[in-house]
Amino acid sequence: MSERQYTITLDVNGVKRSGIAPARMTLVDFLRDVLRLTGTHIGCEHGICGACSILLDGEPVRSCLMYAVQADGHRVTTVEGLAAADGKLSPLQDSFCEAHALQCGYCTPGMLIASHALLETKADPSEADIREAISGNLCRCTGYQQIVEAVKLAAERRRKEKSA
Amino acid sequence: MSAPGTGPFRYIGRKRRTKEDPRFVTGRGRYAADLALDGMKHVALVTSPHPSARIRAIRTDKALAAPGVQYVLTGEEFVANTDALQMGVDAPKVQRYALAHRVVRYAGEWVAAVVADTRALAEDAAELVEVDYEPTPYVLDGERSFADKSVLVHPDHGSNVLYHRVFKWGPVDEAFARAEHQLSFSVRWARSATVPIETFGVLAEWNAGMELLDIWASIQMPKFPDQTARALRLPGNCVRVHYDVDVGGSYGVKRGIKHTVLVAYLARRLGFPVRLIEDRLENMRGGDMHGPDRKFDVSVAYTRDGTITGLKIRALDDVGAYAGRSPLQLGKPVGAIVGPYLIPAVEYEPISVMTHKTPQEAVRGFGQSPTNYAIETAIDRVARALGMDPVALRERNMIRREQFPYTIPSGTTYDSGDFHTVLRKALDAIDYGALVRWRDEVRAAGGLAGIGISTCLEPNGGNSAFEPLFNPKNQTTTWMDSCLVRVDLSGAITGVMNTSSSGQGHETLVATCVGEILERDPATIRVARADSLTALPSNSPVGSRMAIMLGGAAAGAAKKIKAALIRIASHNLGIPEADLEYVQGDVRAIAHPDRMMTWEQLVEIAHRKYHQMPPGMDPGLQEKFVWEVPKGGALPTADGRVHMYPCFSFETHVVGVQVDPLTGQPRLAKYVCGHDCGVMINPDIVHGMTYGGIAHGIGAALYEKFAYSDNGQLESQTFMDYLMPSAMEVPALGIVDHCTPSPLTEFGQKGSGEAGYLGAPAAISNAINDALAPLGTGIFELPMTPHALWRRISAARRDA
Repeated sequence: MSERQYTITLDVNGVKRSGIAPARMTLVDFLRDVLRLTGTHIGCEHGICGACSILLDGEPVRSCLMYAVQADGHRVTTVEGLAAADGKLSPLQDSFCEAHALQCGYCTPGMLIASHALLETKADPSEADIREAISGNLCRCTGYQQIVEAVKLAAERRRKEKSA
Repeated sequence: MSAPGTGPFRYIGRKRRTKEDPRFVTGRGRYAADLALDGMKHVALVTSPHPSARIRAIRTDKALAAPGVQYVLTGEEFVANTDALQMGVDAPKVQRYALAHRVVRYAGEWVAAVVADTRALAEDAAELVEVDYEPTPYVLDGERSFADKSVLVHPDHGSNVLYHRVFKWGPVDEAFARAEHQLSFSVRWARSATVPIETFGVLAEWNAGMELLDIWASIQMPKFPDQTARALRLPGNCVRVHYDVDVGGSYGVKRGIKHTVLVAYLARRLGFPVRLIEDRLENMRGGDMHGPDRKFDVSVAYTRDGTITGLKIRALDDVGAYAGRSPLQLGKPVGAIVGPYLIPAVEYEPISVMTHKTPQEAVRGFGQSPTNYAIETAIDRVARALGMDPVALRERNMIRREQFPYTIPSGTTYDSGDFHTVLRKALDAIDYGALVRWRDEVRAAGGLAGIGISTCLEPNGGNSAFEPLFNPKNQTTTWMDSCLVRVDLSGAITGVMNTSSSGQGHETLVATCVGEILERDPATIRVARADSLTALPSNSPVGSRMAIMLGGAAAGAAKKIKAALIRIASHNLGIPEADLEYVQGDVRAIAHPDRMMTWEQLVEIAHRKYHQMPPGMDPGLQEKFVWEVPKGGALPTADGRVHMYPCFSFETHVVGVQVDPLTGQPRLAKYVCGHDCGVMINPDIVHGMTYGGIAHGIGAALYEKFAYSDNGQLESQTFMDYLMPSAMEVPALGIVDHCTPSPLTEFGQKGSGEAGYLGAPAAISNAINDALAPLGTGIFELPMTPHALWRRISAARRDA
């Protein structure tokens, strides 16, 4: 007996995408295996590490904790959607490079998503705000220090861009 | 960003962006789980629920009938067709395979592998595999396993002991017989690990027409292609490991040799590509990636003025049910067994035992961080016993700058260092006087606060001298690494490295070192990776060795390129080489700078104009450099003296901690690390690894433990109970750099991949014990969880 399949359509990084998934397929598996957007990573599949963070209708969520069918009709942003259409890095992405806010890169997409969501709501976050915003994302390489520095730098750059 | 520097180096030591970061911030990394081949099938594992049992029967018919299932492999077939995995010590009866055969030896051990069209279908079918077990007695405690032979993990081996020896270096018995004072204590390092956010993953494809096995894996392991081929009974040149796979963190543990042999066997047996991506449960329980689980019994002999005259360390390490290289994690500390101190006599008794628990794998520092924790606890105990300031005691006993190179009693020579200055700089940076006042004010207000210091060595450069030390049948005396540098016809430079990376920035390293020698902008230098069939010899990024070994090899190859260019110019200009100078790729006469040849001209001659080449010189422009580890090449002496790693970085941690007396929750209020790893090639990379190492050390000190229940079940097998520090638990960290160049390396660089982790647990433990001291209590086992602290605080207050 084969599993019943569902057709899912969602807006991913501004593009309408469709795919077929069984009811039990998680959103992260759908993004990675069906849509082949492998920038979103899997670390624990129980909602702790945050590597699979995406934006669902603008809010950061863990894509391992929801089913693909639940995302039908919604708007999803993944790490692949953070840069400009011409490939230019966002101020946040560029700040991660400038501050060397990563090493192995595995938690990085989730860290970028969490930090991006913070900067969308707080233009001038304190260090405590930044630490809280990324506290649901585990990193084993950096000790978080250069991530905090990168987010501070990105906030500053975004403010400058806006005032310019 | 590419502006040449003005100091002794043009690019080295400058703030420069890495070559790797851009692909990762755009989601363009290429990890094992991102790779997919047509027709690829997926593996899920059937695991043992018992810590020890006989397997009476395995029934696979229901699983085989399930949707999408291709195959179910059990130990019987697998053991008949592959060879046991290699191990670090001489114990031929302790045989390890990816799948258990007839006997299971830990809860979570893999018993069968189900191959199906999707991972979900494989998991469904794994639940349908029926295994009849007959539970048998088990042993979970290392000391019991050592003392009591009634329960044997591998009965054919005759005991549970994999390695046991008593080393005596220097007049240790005399030192203790004549000691003015001595003290003894025990400390316990908990079973924790590096736990990368990416689990282990491997994809294998067998090409029958070529008789070639292709492997893509998240691997960090020396001799990995060779071990894979041997286990599969294939010649080495039938296995091609692709090193251009990004590894999502490792810090030692990503040695998925059993995973790889299993998946490779299946791919060959079944004729289609097979992939195994561990889920978190498989990784934590059966991925065989736990770290040292160690009990130390330490004795120190010292004078009344605080001079340490002798040290005895007994270290009993529980490696779990099987072993790869894990017993050797007791061997590396031989090369820094006295830490940074002038201790003239040492007894070291390493004991490696097996229990019915998940096997141990290499963890950042390869056994050095637990050893540093034991040594640094000893220093603080002596200071407390004498009523001496722990800073003063360290300053009295540390090797002084003018004493380098300094040979320790166990036979290793420390290359260079300036421990007193680094300690002083760290104390200044944290404002030690103010820190002491803060502690005393918290105490005066009824709170618990403490200061902890550690002064620790980071041995680096990674030879493998512990192999012959712990196994006389193993005569390994080289641990080389290599680099190929080529300049193509367009004049562009490519460096080729020969291993995979797991976040260490090796592409940046190679480009920076090559750029420095050739005086060409590293941003324009591409770094590519050979696969294992095209690679020059490498021993992978272990033991904080790549800045030294790969950096050294890259520089060595670049120097040969430079020499070739000068030789071509000399031939064409008719000027002796000694009268020429190399300037950013051009070569000109020192006395007549207008007589010169450009980089473009020289490259074109090398690639096209054989008639203009010096006689006997090869056309093209490519050079390889294979480098043996500095000071490597010798076997140990009969009494176990050996030159271990070549270079020694040094770190001192100064920590102020406050403990909530009501909850036991520790808060790291102030944290500074003074660090000397010689010349830093890329400071951002060094600092990043140091911050990360400290965070990892905070986890080992305060939170992380693979805890087992009395019935042998792993209790912390998810991230809800194996607690890793988040941005809320890791405080703002300060790093103070110091530079004592190594005399053994090209640029004076040392290693730094294990920085931070090697001294953080020791310093935090000393700080917590300083906080608890006014209560007359202490804690000498990790992790020092809030609950463990609360219990001690409550008991001390009850007794008071």
